[in-house]
Amino acid sequence: MRYTTLGQYYDADSVIHRLDPRVKLVFTIVYIVSLYLGNSPFCYIFAGLFLAVVIRLSKVPVRYMLRGLKAVIFLLLFTAFFNIFLSQGDVVFQWGFITITRQGIETAVRMAVRLVLLIMGSSLMTLTTTPNDLTDGLEKGLGFLKVFHVPVHEIGMMMSIALRFIPILVEEAGRIMMAQKARGADFDSGGLIKKAKAMIPLLIPLFVAAFRRANDLAQAMEARCYHGGNGRTKLHPLKYRRLDFIAYGVLLLYLALMIVLKIVTKS
Amino acid sequence: MEEFIRLQDVVYEYHAYAEEEHEEETVRALSHISAEIREGSFVVVLGHNGSGKSTLAKQVNALLLPTEGYVYVCGANTRETPEEDLWKIRKNAGMVFQNPDNQIIGNVVEEDVAFGPENIGIPEEELARRVTRALEKVGMEAYRMHSPNRLSGGQKQRIAIAGMLALKPKCILMDEPTAMLDPMGRKEVLETVHELNRKEGITIVLITHYMEEAVDADRVIVMDRGQIVMDGTPKEVFSRMEELRAIRMSVPEVTELAYELRKEGLDLPEGILSIEELTEALCSLN
Repeated sequence: MRYTTLGQYYDADSVIHRLDPRVKLVFTIVYIVSLYLGNSPFCYIFAGLFLAVVIRLSKVPVRYMLRGLKAVIFLLLFTAFFNIFLSQGDVVFQWGFITITRQGIETAVRMAVRLVLLIMGSSLMTLTTTPNDLTDGLEKGLGFLKVFHVPVHEIGMMMSIALRFIPILVEEAGRIMMAQKARGADFDSGGLIKKAKAMIPLLIPLFVAAFRRANDLAQAMEARCYHGGNGRTKLHPLKYRRLDFIAYGVLLLYLALMIVLKIVTKS
Repeated sequence: MEEFIRLQDVVYEYHAYAEEEHEEETVRALSHISAEIREGSFVVVLGHNGSGKSTLAKQVNALLLPTEGYVYVCGANTRETPEEDLWKIRKNAGMVFQNPDNQIIGNVVEEDVAFGPENIGIPEEELARRVTRALEKVGMEAYRMHSPNRLSGGQKQRIAIAGMLALKPKCILMDEPTAMLDPMGRKEVLETVHELNRKEGITIVLITHYMEEAVDADRVIVMDRGQIVMDGTPKEVFSRMEELRAIRMSVPEVTELAYELRKEGLDLPEGILSIEELTEALCSLN
């Protein structure tokens, strides 16, 4: 039962978990923007503190947050490396052709901090929101795009169907793999290219089966009176509650403080 | 009782492409079918693969429209209903499919059951009530908040039935709902279906190739090569042993045993369907 929870949702009962997914989406976007708004160390300290408070409120253990960082550690080191060694400015250290400048170190640290906060901020959203809620939030939150003929409902429906079918397809892939192995297929040995080639007899039946399923599902949906998003109701429609308005208030306050900090620390 | 579903001289043809010759070929899946189904009845449609029994169900559900002839569901003609209104027909004649995985749309059981009524725009409070009622009727209320992925085949099929019930249909068509289930799951589903027919008066059209499932029906329709070849009560149909054999259909084991005994000269009545019946008949011989 490895695939029963998708994404990286961490189940807990916290204020953050109970927030409307739309609020969390807006929160994440505004937070990311704010990271590029501020430039001084104070701004980052403030943003970091703010995130720390939110993490605390979310009851998600810190090691879960750090796990998200593991994936980008290479990117982090990579940008830091280039920033340190390839920046022009006041030289602080020189050895042979290697020069390290004060500006270089500053940029490297700034970029690293930004990236860390950005990753942690956005993974906090996926950690506290179930994929279903996220889809609902996207569908409703982006509803205004309908004016521009963006098929918001259809995209939302596709996302939730994809979520529903991922575990089924994973199971099916496992079954096909076993069937192929039973007939002597080798998925484990050889180099990258050989392994990739070995995947072909796995992928083709998987695709064929997926198309067949899609056809069945479309019929089942039609049989249950599905006729597009118009006139549909929802069992649990998203509704803003008091908590959500408070959260928006906090967000505005945060943004205002960030701008003030930016102006004050600039001079 | 009024006629709820009426098929009038229905022909359905589709185009198939032969794999090698690249030639178009017209396949006639249904040829001149006429039948009526009364409200509240339990009808079993039997037939081999390719006999047209699934196509027949999809005609009633308006997933397919007849090439010739007409299908009426609650007085509405499927061929003359504009496409955007076909869902109103489907609301009256729900359909449960064979593969339990491929007809569950929601990521949570209650979400899936709500999918149908959501589509026809049922308001929120009524929706929740309908979901509860539907889950109660199939005995799955304890699984309301579960993920469908963890349920057994029989349970998934009951959820699919609940999903139909939430639409409050007058009739449920079932296209081999038990074909992919183990014996336990099969029993679960059949019991649920019979109870719905008895208690709620919902018309059931059960398509199957298990003869045993036909024994308790009000009416059995046997199809072969796109035509209805037999139509009657289970007793009537299963008495016609030779004809059934001619189209490679078997009968329930008990019926077959009784038939063989009769042929050996025992004085047994025709069309014995259950072990009890046979026992009684045998005991009364002396």
